[in-house]
Amino acid sequence: MRFRAKILDVGCLNSFTRVVNTISKLTKTCTLRLTADNLYFMLSDKVANGGVSMWCELDQGNFFDEFQMEGVASDANEIYLELVPENLSRALRTAQNAKSLKAKLTKKHCPCLTLAAELPSLSSVSRVVTHDIPVDVIPRKLWHDFREPTVPDFDVSIYLPPLKTMKNVIDRMKNLSNFLVLEANRSGQMNLKIETDLVSVSTHFRDLGNPPCDGGSQGASQDLETMAQARVDIKKLQQFLSSQQVNPSKAMCNIVDKKMVHFVWLHENASLQYFIPAMA
Amino acid sequence: MDCILIGSNVKVLAKAVQSLSRLGEELYLEPQENGLALRTVNSSRSAYACFLFSPLFFQKYTPPKSSTQRCKMVIKSVQAVFKSLSSLEKTVEKCRIELDIEKSRLTFTLHCKHGLLKTHNLSFQDSESLQAVFDKEGCANTLTAQPKLLVDTVLHFPPSLEEVRVSVNDERVLFRNHVEDEAEQSKAMMTEFCLSAEEFDRFVVNMHTCITFCLKELRGLLVFAESSGLPVSLYFDEPGRPMVLSLTDSVLEVNFVLATLSEEGQPRNHNSNMRRVSEPPITDDFMNDDVDYIIAMEAGELAGDSDWPEPPRHALTPPRLHGAAGDQQESSGECEDEDGQQGAVETPVEESGRPPNKKFRSLFFGSVLPTPSQMSNRTLQSQEVLASDSEDEDGSPSP
Repeated sequence: MRFRAKILDVGCLNSFTRVVNTISKLTKTCTLRLTADNLYFMLSDKVANGGVSMWCELDQGNFFDEFQMEGVASDANEIYLELVPENLSRALRTAQNAKSLKAKLTKKHCPCLTLAAELPSLSSVSRVVTHDIPVDVIPRKLWHDFREPTVPDFDVSIYLPPLKTMKNVIDRMKNLSNFLVLEANRSGQMNLKIETDLVSVSTHFRDLGNPPCDGGSQGASQDLETMAQARVDIKKLQQFLSSQQVNPSKAMCNIVDKKMVHFVWLHENASLQYFIPAMA
Repeated sequence: MDCILIGSNVKVLAKAVQSLSRLGEELYLEPQENGLALRTVNSSRSAYACFLFSPLFFQKYTPPKSSTQRCKMVIKSVQAVFKSLSSLEKTVEKCRIELDIEKSRLTFTLHCKHGLLKTHNLSFQDSESLQAVFDKEGCANTLTAQPKLLVDTVLHFPPSLEEVRVSVNDERVLFRNHVEDEAEQSKAMMTEFCLSAEEFDRFVVNMHTCITFCLKELRGLLVFAESSGLPVSLYFDEPGRPMVLSLTDSVLEVNFVLATLSEEGQPRNHNSNMRRVSEPPITDDFMNDDVDYIIAMEAGELAGDSDWPEPPRHALTPPRLHGAAGDQQESSGECEDEDGQQGAVETPVEESGRPPNKKFRSLFFGSVLPTPSQMSNRTLQSQEVLASDSEDEDGSPSP
């Protein structure tokens, strides 16, 4: 099992840092999967995570100038590591104006993902900062826990309003209730609602647009005005919205009525999917 | 005591107080012939800091005429006088500090713009003289750097990190985070930061050594160093002996004395120590390897989890409290350790049979109450070595 990668371009380093920062805001630990072409940050839907799951996919070619890996076996050319994304994020933060950044898998006091950054200095010799991020290598027999989630058979798919607006609304609602009902229909309307004994608040968005229908159960038979809804933990939703460092080029949300909400963020060089289960 | 400072120097004084507040809870204020001394010590008495502002720093400086005046107060109350540091320079034109022991009054008067006058009367306690024993000239290694360099260095370590290990050789300085026990180590991210000797203004290394000390105090000093722009000098020696961080200017002298972690079973002989910790961590030479870079790591090995080799760092052996260095007693004639004071400083070590994992050696401040005649002819140098760490715990040198 071997891995070595290098980033030379500051722009690539910045965008990789942003992705990692987003991940670190979403979860305390996650799984990093390395394949020959892609990197994946994953969180599987364990009960301990509150049923939330995450799938973030990066094309290595968009970030790394050099990327070499050798998986556990020739028939399974992949590496699965469990790590604390906060560590990775912190390591990248200290390497912000690095001339180069190298990452490799090392075996030190424990298996580590080692990041070494060459930083500009006052002298002819560069400053070097090295971070050894402890990782757990996930044995092959547990890999099946980390399959790519299937896109659910959703009832409604809708583009989201500007995330900042949505975040501002939800930040206020969070003070009033622990749960939020997210509902949307296929004519571009979405509502965010909270209901408590004392107060009911509802925010309406319209003309959001629906992605072109490509499957799902959005049959022609269904009424365009019918709302599909899901009641979700408001904290999970808020965490997800505040994890975003930059506006994605596309953000949408799929709702499986009374079962779950599936968010999809598309960035230029990365995609992020996030699943929040609905509560009764 | 009566002194007056102009606007820009008020900010310097305020920064000094802020810097001291990072270490200790109480501010010891002592007007001396050679200037105004502000001192503090941390709660575990492992760190001491002193700012000495010479009479030239002030527009007017009148030291106490008759008896010595010393007082201590909660630092926070002094910080409150200089509330907002950013606007201080713009608003305050002049500051007058008066200490009248007879009337038990310490008064800060801020003369602000538009004729605004702010008067703060602070309550204080009488105190003994606070002194640490150190000898920076005797240290084998001296590094001097611009504050920016050290600020950049400290930034690479998380704010939660308490201790840092520094090792030096002839070409470079290596900073690493220090993690207590091995269990913690396998979870924590280990960071190493390497600076070449060229980046320092002065780089004198006579002993290849590796010391561990608290980052908190260094961060505290950097608060002041960064704002004043004065180069910081680090004086250190073998592990277990105090490290001195120092800043000097024509009108001010700053010394921070920090305990360093001593290591178990380590000879305290300079010569045998010479090359001991010379080339530790960059074993794998990450930046320079272009061929032999890959370390194979099989998932199978994880099953037998005891297969991991011992970390290649001898430095992780639990350090323990080392005896006080007798050779630091420079002015033994003046030491009068008071039992009460010592009691607060001592940490019981050998009693439990097993020494604790880690101890910073206290710096052992004796409280000294010199007679006025002694006071008047004392120079700055002798001020700083008033008391000694007399009680030696070195009776049983190794476990």
